[in-house]
Amino acid sequence: MTRARFARHAEAFLVHAFVLAAVVAALYPVLWVVSTALSPRELTMKPRALPWPTAPSLDNFRTVVGAADGAKARLFLTQVGNSLLVSLATALIAVVIATPAAYALARFDFVGQKASLRTLLATQLFPTVASAVPLYLLLDALNLLDSRSGLVLVYAASAIPFALFQLRASFQAVPPELEEAAMVDGATRFGAFRLVAVPAIRPALAVTALFAVMSSWNEFVLAATLLSRESAFTLPVVLQRYVGEYDAAWGPFAAGSILVSLPVMGIFYVLQRHLVAGLTSGAVKG
Amino acid sequence: MHAAESICIVLMSALGALSAAKSARAAPSNGPVGDRPQVSLWHAYRGDEEIALHQVVREYTRVSGAEVEVLAVPFEAYGAKLGAAVPRGHGPDVFIEAHERLGPYVRDALVAPAGDAFPAEDADRYDATSVAAVSQGGLRYGVPLASKCLALYVNDRLVPGEIADLEELLALPGLPAGAYPLAYEATSAFFHAPFLHAFGGAMVDEHDHFAFGQAASARALAFVKHLTDEHLVPEEPSGTLVVDLFASGRAAAVVSGPWLAGEIGSKVRYRVEPLPRLAAAGQPLRPYLTVEAAMLSPQGAARADARAFARWLGSTASAVIRAEKGHQVVSTLAAWQVPAVSSDALLVAFHRAAEIAIPTPSSLAMRAAWEPANRAIRKVLRGDTEPEDALHEAAARFNDATRPLPPRASVWSVLVVAGALALAGAFYLARRARAPRFRRQLAASLPAYAYSAPATLAIALLVIVPLAAGAATSLFVGTREDPRYVGLANYVAILTARGNGLLAQGSFYRTLFVTILWMTVNVVFHVVIGVTLGLFLSRPAMRLKGLYRVLLIVPWAVPSYVTALAWKGMFHKQFGSINAMLAIVGIEPRAWFARFSTAFSANVATNVWLGFPFMMVVAIAALTGVPQEVIEAAELDGASRWKRLRFVTLPMIAPTLIPAIALGAAWTFNMFNVVFLVSGGEPDGSTDILVSEAYRWAFTRDAQYGYAAAYAVLIFVVLSVLSRFLTRLRVPEGQTS
Repeated sequence: MTRARFARHAEAFLVHAFVLAAVVAALYPVLWVVSTALSPRELTMKPRALPWPTAPSLDNFRTVVGAADGAKARLFLTQVGNSLLVSLATALIAVVIATPAAYALARFDFVGQKASLRTLLATQLFPTVASAVPLYLLLDALNLLDSRSGLVLVYAASAIPFALFQLRASFQAVPPELEEAAMVDGATRFGAFRLVAVPAIRPALAVTALFAVMSSWNEFVLAATLLSRESAFTLPVVLQRYVGEYDAAWGPFAAGSILVSLPVMGIFYVLQRHLVAGLTSGAVKG
Repeated sequence: MHAAESICIVLMSALGALSAAKSARAAPSNGPVGDRPQVSLWHAYRGDEEIALHQVVREYTRVSGAEVEVLAVPFEAYGAKLGAAVPRGHGPDVFIEAHERLGPYVRDALVAPAGDAFPAEDADRYDATSVAAVSQGGLRYGVPLASKCLALYVNDRLVPGEIADLEELLALPGLPAGAYPLAYEATSAFFHAPFLHAFGGAMVDEHDHFAFGQAASARALAFVKHLTDEHLVPEEPSGTLVVDLFASGRAAAVVSGPWLAGEIGSKVRYRVEPLPRLAAAGQPLRPYLTVEAAMLSPQGAARADARAFARWLGSTASAVIRAEKGHQVVSTLAAWQVPAVSSDALLVAFHRAAEIAIPTPSSLAMRAAWEPANRAIRKVLRGDTEPEDALHEAAARFNDATRPLPPRASVWSVLVVAGALALAGAFYLARRARAPRFRRQLAASLPAYAYSAPATLAIALLVIVPLAAGAATSLFVGTREDPRYVGLANYVAILTARGNGLLAQGSFYRTLFVTILWMTVNVVFHVVIGVTLGLFLSRPAMRLKGLYRVLLIVPWAVPSYVTALAWKGMFHKQFGSINAMLAIVGIEPRAWFARFSTAFSANVATNVWLGFPFMMVVAIAALTGVPQEVIEAAELDGASRWKRLRFVTLPMIAPTLIPAIALGAAWTFNMFNVVFLVSGGEPDGSTDILVSEAYRWAFTRDAQYGYAAAYAVLIFVVLSVLSRFLTRLRVPEGQTS
């Protein structure tokens, strides 16, 4: 084995070791959640370094999905559907609204450009402690209270500022010559935007969509305040029901949390395939 | 697929989703009966209590023919939801709530007198304590349903015989190693109250003054401190720990409420008794009593059918179902004559326990008393202060939270200032608009406006309007129904630390310092870990990239409520896995939440764990924009790996990374969840950050929304200044590189 090859192998080994260590650190606390979910009555027999469940069973998972009760199982499926519908619609609307605006911020000079960037940043600096009630009144006035559409609009609007910053930076990283060339070939400005610029920032679109999905998928406070029918509840509201005033059913709560995180991991797995290096450079060559 | 097509599909599916949601909304599952809507009922019951309530409602429909719409709301959102919905007429007609929240509910008009739901002739139907608990100012505000109080769960095997008093239990012979004679949540004022009452103390007195600071409290605290020091009760006792200890036979007796019975399971044989006498005080341990009642919202109180339903909830038929199926200690006296109820040992035991219990005061003062009391108890049990000093501090803290509201200020000053600003702005705009150059610029801006119109509209309406409305409440004090304009009084109070020391615990400046430290440490870790992993997981030759990426976003994907609590459990002194791992390498276990440095580190560890996947994903996305050719060219130039990273890769991803870092910093600044769930501000509020302090004012210190909003505005100002400052720092560096 040559020296260079040995160095390459050693390096690959070290990189894998580092990433694996990170994976272990990322999963370890979740193992405690899994252990709680699998042990219907978790017993803290002694301080343990490894979260091995005592007498594992799937009872908590059955409780959460309502396996014993057809009506409850159907309701749970509806609620899973609500969560999927709300977060996917949030992501779509946020991306569709933010993309052209981000393009304008990146490519055009216009009156109020600096002011709007400053305002956008400002909205993210403000804690939301006092804005839940005004939001409630606003949705009431728009007749969107207790509806998933209202929730989607609120989530999408709150995801837009991050999307704008992220997409604007990505548009700026795309060489403007590409669009100019397209326009020389007869494309309109909008045509250059949608046929050249948008495909070039696919990774950023994926990240923005993921961010919007995540922020709405686990949101509890607004969903619980705005929705008033069990058939409209999203999963975080359903889960939070396991925490009462005096005590909490941690087993079902943990089981539900694991179930809730599986779809987003699936969504991420699909989206991350768009996170491949070389897309932009390919566009430059083309 | 072309981008245009994707956008079309995206738009269509979004619209479709919206209209589907809309039509689903237009057709409710159970249509209204006749021309008036059904009576609606909200509750936060779970498990058997919820099942019993549903049976009660079905029974009511059977006997009366009237349908009732039931909604189960998570407890955490219950009060806030009622507060938002009832004043707008979207609340329930009837809701089930604990009597001790009547004080604020009556003040905010969320509840109306029960009227003929609780007529005078029904007074004999319920036990006298329950009737007194739902009465205020001579009016009855609800139909009493059931009561809850603490009692003693005794392990039959470990404690075979009768015990005369608590001291006998504590001196119990023959306990297995590692077992405690008694376990209870000693650090919570609710569980401490029985000791306080036994020594003749109280949380608030009959004049609604803070009474926790009195001598009796010091004696109670000293007694409980002795229990902890002698290891007669476990350290850092959480509700889960108490359940585990009892269910695994490592606690001879535990203090808990009726809810514990459902969690113990069948592994342990036990009995329930009223809390025992405390020989040291010569009095029984007397817990607080909560009476749950069916209350009527103002809209419900106006409806005869809602009142009839509420009255029926207190009937014997309803009470028997709730007692039998829901294991509730019902307030309806006749139910206790039914054999199925009177023969239930657990119910009878809690019924007896309730006889010596003290109904929780429902005053506003009581609501503000919990937090100072909790802090004092924790401080003493940790051994940080003597009981007397802690109680002195608690009294000061109570006075601070309930200080008199500032006087009404004149609205004229703000109107004059706002008017002058508006006039100046209009004048400036008019002048600019007349300049031909500006008009040309404006005309040239039109395409950009077309691109950004939807985003502008959405953000203006759904983000900026609520934030501005929230910020405006910082100029007011008092309730939403009766606001009082006070000008800048809230800001003055915060910035002068309400007359306490400017650097005292809980002052704005000290909390600001902790918050900036919190933000800096977190962001540094987020960026370093996230970007490193992002670099590794973007290497073209890296195998299993997709799998690693998915596994590494798990901390982001699992709901943070449960993982933050898992982290808190890992940092538990006696039973946490962190101390268990330290023990393997021979390090003494430590109390992580007893000192600022370790409690702060626990919060940071949790938040870094929660936040690095976001930065990693952003870094991966940014790296996709780095053309491979550039790096190859640098390689050909003979640049070392570090130099390529430092001078080629990082500068190229910086523009996409910096917005995410800036926003991440702002979000971390305002991340109250982790602080709330992991350290809870321990020790003594020192790990609280500005936003968690704001939340305390809004939600635990008597709903001072105006004060919390002033905090929010100040946080905004601080962050704006910081971001200006940081941009200045960055720009020259960018020019040189």
